[in-house]
Amino acid sequence: MSSESVIETQELTKIYYGRAAVENLSFSVYAGEIFGFLGPNGAGKTTTLLMLLGLTEPTNGSARVLGMDPAREPIKVKSVIGYLQENMGFYSDLNARQMLQFIADLNDIKADNAKERITAALQTVGLAEEQDKKIAAYSRGMRQRLGIAELLIKDSKVAFLDEPTLGLDPDGTNRMIELIQSLCRDKKMTILLSSHMLHQVQKICHRIGIMIKGRMVAQGHMDQLAEEKFGVGKEQYTLEEIYMKYFQEA
Amino acid sequence: MGGMKTIIKKELADHFASYRFTIIFALIAMVSLITAYMVGWKIKTEMEGMASQSAFLLLFTLPGAMGLFSLVQFVAFFGPLVGLVLGFDTINRERNEGTLSKLLSQPIYRDVVINGKFLAGVVLITVMMVSIVLVITALGLIVMGIIPGIEEVWRIIVYLIISIIYISLWLGVAILFSILFRSPATSALAALAVWIFFSIIFPYSVSVLANNIFETVEDNPEAIAQRAKIVKVFILLSPQELYTDATATIIDPTRKSSRSIITSGAGPMESLSMARFSGPLPLIQSVLIVVPYIISLIALTVVCFAISYVVFMRQEIRSL
Ligand SMILES: Nc1ncnc2c1ncn2[C@@H]1O[C@H](COP(=O)(O)OP(=O)(O)OP(=O)(O)O)[C@@H](O)[C@H]1O
Ligand SMILES: [Mg+2]
Repeated sequence: MSSESVIETQELTKIYYGRAAVENLSFSVYAGEIFGFLGPNGAGKTTTLLMLLGLTEPTNGSARVLGMDPAREPIKVKSVIGYLQENMGFYSDLNARQMLQFIADLNDIKADNAKERITAALQTVGLAEEQDKKIAAYSRGMRQRLGIAELLIKDSKVAFLDEPTLGLDPDGTNRMIELIQSLCRDKKMTILLSSHMLHQVQKICHRIGIMIKGRMVAQGHMDQLAEEKFGVGKEQYTLEEIYMKYFQEA
Repeated sequence: MGGMKTIIKKELADHFASYRFTIIFALIAMVSLITAYMVGWKIKTEMEGMASQSAFLLLFTLPGAMGLFSLVQFVAFFGPLVGLVLGFDTINRERNEGTLSKLLSQPIYRDVVINGKFLAGVVLITVMMVSIVLVITALGLIVMGIIPGIEEVWRIIVYLIISIIYISLWLGVAILFSILFRSPATSALAALAVWIFFSIIFPYSVSVLANNIFETVEDNPEAIAQRAKIVKVFILLSPQELYTDATATIIDPTRKSSRSIITSGAGPMESLSMARFSGPLPLIQSVLIVVPYIISLIALTVVCFAISYVVFMRQEIRSL
């Protein structure tokens, strides 16, 4: 794994109505890795992602995505980032193909090229048979997979996945996890993954950041974090134990 | 620059597939047809033997049998509603459904979203107005045998342009409200309030105020003229009055003064009096008179847009 940083923030701060949602956040995500972005509800994960996308202006501090400042060059940044929203936000009266076509058009992907990509992406996420159904009739899991298809259409270098396994059944969760791994492995995407499913995060993430009340309280490889909290002696640990330890101390 | 085209295309597809557009279009087409048909018969029976050419514009300016609206008045009064209906929830609905962040996390500028939605609305308004005018013209031509002259065709075209700008202004107001208010119900209500204010309350209160303020002044002709002038200046702050005045000049060239349907109580037969056919304003003159009105309407639209841009650029796009 190269150590070139794809995402980098310095003292990033966002204040909503006098309350800091994100406070002096500094962290890096390196090329080709899956970075697990953990934290309780309201910790400021989504806010951080929005600032990295240039959708929300930071109150203070700076961010870089592939060397570009999202506040200054939002268009360039948005063309390299694929964003799977928390609430997904699909036009429910379109079908999957139309939705993906719309995304392709907005990204200026040529018509022939788009058609191929859409077919391939629907195949990859397992929605090929359902592509003519309106999204309104999609289950939560199908929508989440459609969100992944969207990243494939954009062929984005960086992916922000905001709780991609939220509300999925065990089988759906496993399929999603595999999809995410394949994005990293086959498409060489750098992935920033926010999730509450510690077990899955532990399985697929290379490094982890724990955010509590707007602050990053820990970041690094799982072993590092375990060592910090439990000392070198402990061989067996789960991410859950580490997380709870940090959570209680904060 | 594919972004704008894509958004316009999507908006148009949405509108054409929506019940909302179908209903409002059907309603307006129906009223126009009925009115035009009635007016057509009236013209045919009452004006036997007159030069048919001057009768063409009357199709648009005479009230129908319901005694209420002429077509021009109908558009003046209900046109804003079309603009409002097309735009009142265009941004806030997308914000609430989360599609706004989807849209804005693609590589497009924020103003492209507003512009695309506005332009799509303008296209719809144009389609609506042009098709209605064409149908009425055809009706007059085929059923009543009323033939438009070249000058009348030009007048209708200018009328169409003013009408499209006027309804688009209201579309701009609606889009602004859909940005300002998070809830579509609130923005619909606010837009309706503005519409009612400018259609009914504003012209009425201006004339009442003017009458009261100048009551003490003796009633010499100069004072009356003065009063009329002041009322006129105030009245022109209202888009409705701008529009009614402008269209009256263009499409009803013999009319000396014009007022909106609320303030004028003229019966249908008054408008048929022969005095109206003496010395109509030439086309060029009418257009010259109307240009400042058009500029004012466009300026109002631009103001709406300026506010929309400023607010939208700085707004949080996440739904909360
Ligand atoms: N538009 C807003 N106005 C005011 N406060 C906001 C706004 N958006 C978010 N917040 C606040 O910012 C804080 C961080 O919210 P954020 O959505 O980033 O949390 P999160 O880590 O994504 O939580 P979750 O795990 O529940 O998704 C919360 O306290 C929230 O109330
Ligand atoms: Mg969140």
